[in-house]
Amino acid sequence: MEEIVLETQNLTVYYNGRPAIEGISLRIPRRRITAIIGPSGCGKSTLLRCFNRMNDLIPSARVTGRVLFEGVDLYGPDVDVVEVRRRIGMVFQKPNPFPKSIYENVAFGPRIQGIRDRRRLDEIVERCLRAAALWDEVKDKLHQNALTLSGGQQQRLCIARALATEPEVLLMDEPASALDPIATMKIEDLMRELAREYTIVIVTHNMQQAARVSDYTAFMLAGEDRVGRLIEFGPTQQIFTRPRDRRTEDYITGRFG
Amino acid sequence: MGLMSRSAAGIYAARLQRGMATRWREWGELAIQGLLLFAAMVSVFTTLGIVAVLVIEAVPFFQQVSLIEFLTDPQWTPLFAQKHFGILPLVAGTFLTSAVALALAMPVGLLSAIYLSEYAPARVRAILKPALEVLAGIPTVVYGYFALLFVTPLLKRVIPDLETFNALSAGLTMGIMIIPLISSLSEDALYAVPGSLREAAYALGATRLEVALRVVIPAALSGIVASFILAASRAIGETMIVAIAAGQRPILTLDPRRAIETMTAYIVQVSLGDTPHGTLEFRTIFAVGLVLFLLTLVFNLIALRIIERYREVYR
Repeated sequence: MEEIVLETQNLTVYYNGRPAIEGISLRIPRRRITAIIGPSGCGKSTLLRCFNRMNDLIPSARVTGRVLFEGVDLYGPDVDVVEVRRRIGMVFQKPNPFPKSIYENVAFGPRIQGIRDRRRLDEIVERCLRAAALWDEVKDKLHQNALTLSGGQQQRLCIARALATEPEVLLMDEPASALDPIATMKIEDLMRELAREYTIVIVTHNMQQAARVSDYTAFMLAGEDRVGRLIEFGPTQQIFTRPRDRRTEDYITGRFG
Repeated sequence: MGLMSRSAAGIYAARLQRGMATRWREWGELAIQGLLLFAAMVSVFTTLGIVAVLVIEAVPFFQQVSLIEFLTDPQWTPLFAQKHFGILPLVAGTFLTSAVALALAMPVGLLSAIYLSEYAPARVRAILKPALEVLAGIPTVVYGYFALLFVTPLLKRVIPDLETFNALSAGLTMGIMIIPLISSLSEDALYAVPGSLREAAYALGATRLEVALRVVIPAALSGIVASFILAASRAIGETMIVAIAAGQRPILTLDPRRAIETMTAYIVQVSLGDTPHGTLEFRTIFAVGLVLFLLTLVFNLIALRIIERYREVYR
């Protein structure tokens, strides 16, 4: 049996009082890559954003049900959102480095946690850039503006930046959809590498990507009512070869979506 | 076969020839282009004309008064028997009122911009932003009397030795007037920072204040600085408030409690007075005007340069 890190129980998210996703119950195993797939508008990103409470930033969003992280309800009354986001990192669809130096991008998280010691910061920056497979490309230009990097490098920088807060889980929202195939391949290799230490949840609309990198796959679909629901969850191989639900099979064989 | 295709080609070629209607249309296009160019050039030529007048009138002034005296003499008494033509007291007066105004307007303007862009709910923002901008629509003469008849008496309770005309009251009122300039331009700069950067910072565990201070403000810094410089330029050129409330006594001081005279107020004083045209005394206003123009020009150019650089920050 896999050890479970994150678990949603009957999770429903409303935007302006209207449900966007409904009744999601899902268990994310530790140090595995779990892919959430499904057609546009099925609520994949909405679900992902419940795991680090990014939905809090949308005033009209309301969440019911439970999201357990190491057994603690993330939406419980005594939970510190800042701590949640530190321990559950996120990488976004479009690379979004700060218009600061490469070094300062990675040092951002540690700095807001109050780490000032230069040597410790140097050590964190190097370790995270190495972990994100970017160190060799940028080690001679750490103080250059991060926006001078290529799109693929920027995205790996964003991964390094997320690693610098020492999270246990990395959420990735279509992290390669804005990148070319070679940069995409590098990100996928990196994900496999990171899965030795981190739990990764990736949202992707690219089924091949889900099949290539993930250990588990969740398939979501919005019905006629445009409310996203979890259709099927299981080991990636089983989902792609022997789906139990007819709709999953239709989707992965490209009949719609 | 050959004949047919040639005549068909002839018909198509004839269609390519410009008819009368097309020619009229082309003339119309040209005329409109000319009109638009003229409209665009009006302000350019006006500016050039103003510069020309300033220079032409200032030249005879500088033939009689040396540039060194103009820039270094600590007294400005062109209207008295004992004439001195040192612009320093007027520059000091302008600097003093502007400094007081900016000391108030920069922090208050920036803080309200941060509130509007980063904290205010959409509904509050929709009400507050236009309300702030209304402040900019109040005629400056009203601000002037507000300074003289309301702010000064109020300040006198706290600072008993405040003179009736003083730089402090005029400066503070001018500061209130330029708050909307700073808050509006700074807010535009802050608001233009992509939401994706805020998301990135929140996702790293930053609090709202940390997002504002460490991500949004640095990213918008050049826009904010540009708003400060434009505000400084506005303060230097402001006339009505200082003419009414700051006094007409050109003394070289940095004490904001005292009556002073700014460059602009001096120009008003001479323009409205009975100084005969064509005299040296009258020409002083062109020399002062030239200095004023150059100062604000430099400030505006700096602001433009900074705004240009700021446009390059994202992609």
